[in-house]
Amino acid sequence: MKIKVAGVKKEVQDGLTVSQLIIDENVETPEYVTVTVNDEFLENDQFDSTVLNEGDNIEFLYFMGGGQ
Amino acid sequence: MAFTNEQIERYSRHIILKEVGAKGQKKLLNAKVLIIGAGGLGAPAAMYLAAAGIGTIGIADADEVDLSNLQRQIIHQTKDVGKPKVDSAKETMEAMNPDVKVVTYHEFITSENILDIIKDYDFIIDGTDNFPAKFLINDACVMAKKPFSHAGIIRFQGQLMTYVPGQGPCYRCVFKEPPPKDAVPTCKQAGVIGAMGGVIGSLQAMEAVKYILGVGELLTGWLLTYDALKMQFRKVKLPSDTHNCDVCGDNPTITELIDYEQAECDGVGL
Ligand SMILES: [Zn+2]
Repeated sequence: MKIKVAGVKKEVQDGLTVSQLIIDENVETPEYVTVTVNDEFLENDQFDSTVLNEGDNIEFLYFMGGGQ
Repeated sequence: MAFTNEQIERYSRHIILKEVGAKGQKKLLNAKVLIIGAGGLGAPAAMYLAAAGIGTIGIADADEVDLSNLQRQIIHQTKDVGKPKVDSAKETMEAMNPDVKVVTYHEFITSENILDIIKDYDFIIDGTDNFPAKFLINDACVMAKKPFSHAGIIRFQGQLMTYVPGQGPCYRCVFKEPPPKDAVPTCKQAGVIGAMGGVIGSLQAMEAVKYILGVGELLTGWLLTYDALKMQFRKVKLPSDTHNCDVCGDNPTITELIDYEQAECDGVGL
């Protein structure tokens, strides 16, 4: 199936979970990433149980603490 | 208040814009913007706002200028090393534009003083370098119903979003609570390319100016991310559902400001 990850279309296997996608995408500090699926927040404890569907749009939002 | 001839000349490139005009320039001259942190983000933001003729600019920072700051904090000069950053920033802004009144706060912002500091300002710019300060600014602005620009920079990356009360998600809608100490690197630990503050801090100044003028579309409900190595900007849509947020939601559980523990490696703060 095709999904969109951070704006880029990707072919992935059916049944892919958000947790597996986080591993496949080498997400930095995965414990602290915010995930949205189709412009909705996904709670961290739902990463394992959330199975992605054809056409889903996934964004990873990262903490960025610097400024000084 | 009529413009002096000098002001007409100084602001001529603004006044000629249909989105600004004489009326908009007067709005800028009557506006009050607070910048928290006179560093990588705060320096360019402060300089563009001073040049633009923002009538009152507040600047809060407890630190002194360090030689290692000068690689990016362009409001401070080599001669300023050792001087309070707020004093150095004030000197630069006043030298740039005598129309600007600069108010300095040479102190850390805390749950005790932040509401009192932000109350007189129309717009706040978060130019701090640590999560406790970023969450404190967010929560205080939500509680005091103040619009603000959040930003973060690290390595070759930066991001920003704008909060306007009632018009979209706050920082805590996106990130529920600060990460544990040292879990996520800060720019002191990880480094930051100097011009990143210039890019993102200037965008924060742009959001402040647009908010004051009431023109265009703000980054409310959007996170703008910038990857300098890929030379890529992305405007990421944020969920519009804020009902469950601990601070700006329908049943907030955070009703008092929190001083989170500062990461040790952040040292002297802001
Ligand atoms: Zn919120």
